[in-house]
Amino acid sequence: MNLSTNRLYLGYDGRLIVEDLNLSIAPGQISVLIGPNGCGKSTILRSLARLLPPRQGSVLLDGKMIQHLPTKVVAKKLAILPQMPQAPEGLSVEQLVWFGRYPYQSALGGRTQSDREAVEWALAQTGMTVFASRALETLSGGQRQRAWIAMALAQQTPILLLDEPTTYLDLSHQLEVLHLLVRLNREEGKTVVMVLHDLNQASRFAHQLIVVNGGRVVAQGLPEEVLNEQILREVFGLKAHFLQDPETGRPYCIPYALARKEPLIVDERVEEKA
Amino acid sequence: MKAARAGLKLAIIPLLTLGLVVVGIAALGVGAVRMSLAEVLQALGNLGNADDTHGRILYDLRMPRILVGALCGAMFAASGAILQGVVRNPLASPDIVGVAAGAGLAAVFTLILLPQAPLWALPVGACLGGFLAFVLVYLLSIRTGEVLPIRLALIGVAVEASLDALRRLILVRADDGVAQALTFLVGTVYGADWERLWRVLPFALLLIPLALILHQKLDVLSFGDSTAKSLGMRLELGRLVALLLGVALASVAVTGTGILGFVGLIAPHAARLLVSSRFHLLLPASLLLGAILVVVADTLARGLVPPLEIPAGLLTTLVGAPYFLYLMRRVGRAR
Repeated sequence: MNLSTNRLYLGYDGRLIVEDLNLSIAPGQISVLIGPNGCGKSTILRSLARLLPPRQGSVLLDGKMIQHLPTKVVAKKLAILPQMPQAPEGLSVEQLVWFGRYPYQSALGGRTQSDREAVEWALAQTGMTVFASRALETLSGGQRQRAWIAMALAQQTPILLLDEPTTYLDLSHQLEVLHLLVRLNREEGKTVVMVLHDLNQASRFAHQLIVVNGGRVVAQGLPEEVLNEQILREVFGLKAHFLQDPETGRPYCIPYALARKEPLIVDERVEEKA
Repeated sequence: MKAARAGLKLAIIPLLTLGLVVVGIAALGVGAVRMSLAEVLQALGNLGNADDTHGRILYDLRMPRILVGALCGAMFAASGAILQGVVRNPLASPDIVGVAAGAGLAAVFTLILLPQAPLWALPVGACLGGFLAFVLVYLLSIRTGEVLPIRLALIGVAVEASLDALRRLILVRADDGVAQALTFLVGTVYGADWERLWRVLPFALLLIPLALILHQKLDVLSFGDSTAKSLGMRLELGRLVALLLGVALASVAVTGTGILGFVGLIAPHAARLLVSSRFHLLLPASLLLGAILVVVADTLARGLVPPLEIPAGLLTTLVGAPYFLYLMRRVGRAR
């Protein structure tokens, strides 16, 4: 399952945020979008999931324009977990996960055996089986995030997109979520595309890093190829030391000062609206 | 214990149905002429007899009145449940977002412009007015691309008040016949007859089952745009259908009982507490609670100081307005 963009232009209201983007997502791998606030990474992710229509150009799913595919068909091929998703009050975990079967159900919503199996599988994969009947509001942040991931898993899509899945989680819950995604990638062959804020987590868990700045992809490749002093300085405006992660051999950066050599293109409002 | 609670939720619908039947039968005995339960039952068995005064009172006055009240209360409540879910705003309710007053105003216009119009013209005209008013409120509430719940409520209340004032102004100047035909628009079930039931019922029989069938889509819509779309919902179409449905339910109800203040707000909120926010339970519970609320209010309206009548809408507003204020405070604080 291939996901790519072809000369993609994206924006909100009168403002262009992403221009002339040609991006190809490696199938079966974990790709992580990084970049400063307002660089357009969330915007790109949303457009990959057809949540934001292009101004120009196209997002291609297996060579077909994603905007022209029936949206239910797309929902069986890619699932996206938006930032801070909201559920109607009083839903239990299991009820939430059942909504992941929506693209498979007929207008009258009959439940089939394969629906049931997919829901059980999604709960088991995320370790949420024991919490199935708990109300979403009663869960911790990490458990709630896993419940949402379970809903996306119930869609049984080869591609999983996540917009900052670790934001607002404490460190152990962040790792819990990231390890879950690694396992889904390794054992179930899922293509994972996500936005992360923490560069070292990105370096550690990504097969492919996609560095976005000012609405453009300025580097794409293995973390060891992409993360270096120059990128940190030019994209993030930081001076940093680099070490090697003793466990993975990946680069590990320790920023120690701001490097305001060239002005950064930072527009917080755009990112927040995205 | 969990299973027991789930079972309780399922039992709530039959319990509410039973409650509605009990309230309805009790309401038959109340009014300027009081009847005991035995007298009510005896009169019910004697409906065909034109000489039986009790039977005539029940058949000509109280039965249509209770049925119209229950039906319109149910429709207001279902409308509120749908609007609150789709707009994702706990303050949304047909009489808060301008729909009810828009429908009332349009009903007046319809009757002035087309005095000879058939029975169905009034509800259809009201739906048109309700939808125009809702679009107006919604457009006025958009600021930098999004609609804040409080803003929608404030602008909605202002538009609702303006349209309602306009309606009263026009009714003052209108022919006596028109004014008399539409006095009920102030929100009273007084004078509801079988004709009014036949005017509302066909629309109710179309709209209510449609809402029940669409329960799953309503659920998905209430997740908000991003999640609904990523689940494969055709967002624009789905939202349009749901809003049309919510607006039509309340607009038709206005042609039955006028604006019964806050029924569309309180009933779905109470239903959500009883059975959760999933529409396959929320809609039936809202319908039943709305019906019970209005029948009780209307029974009090004619039973408190007989033979004088208080508009039922006054009583529902007395209960609903404080709750609305409480809700405004809570939503305001949450932001």
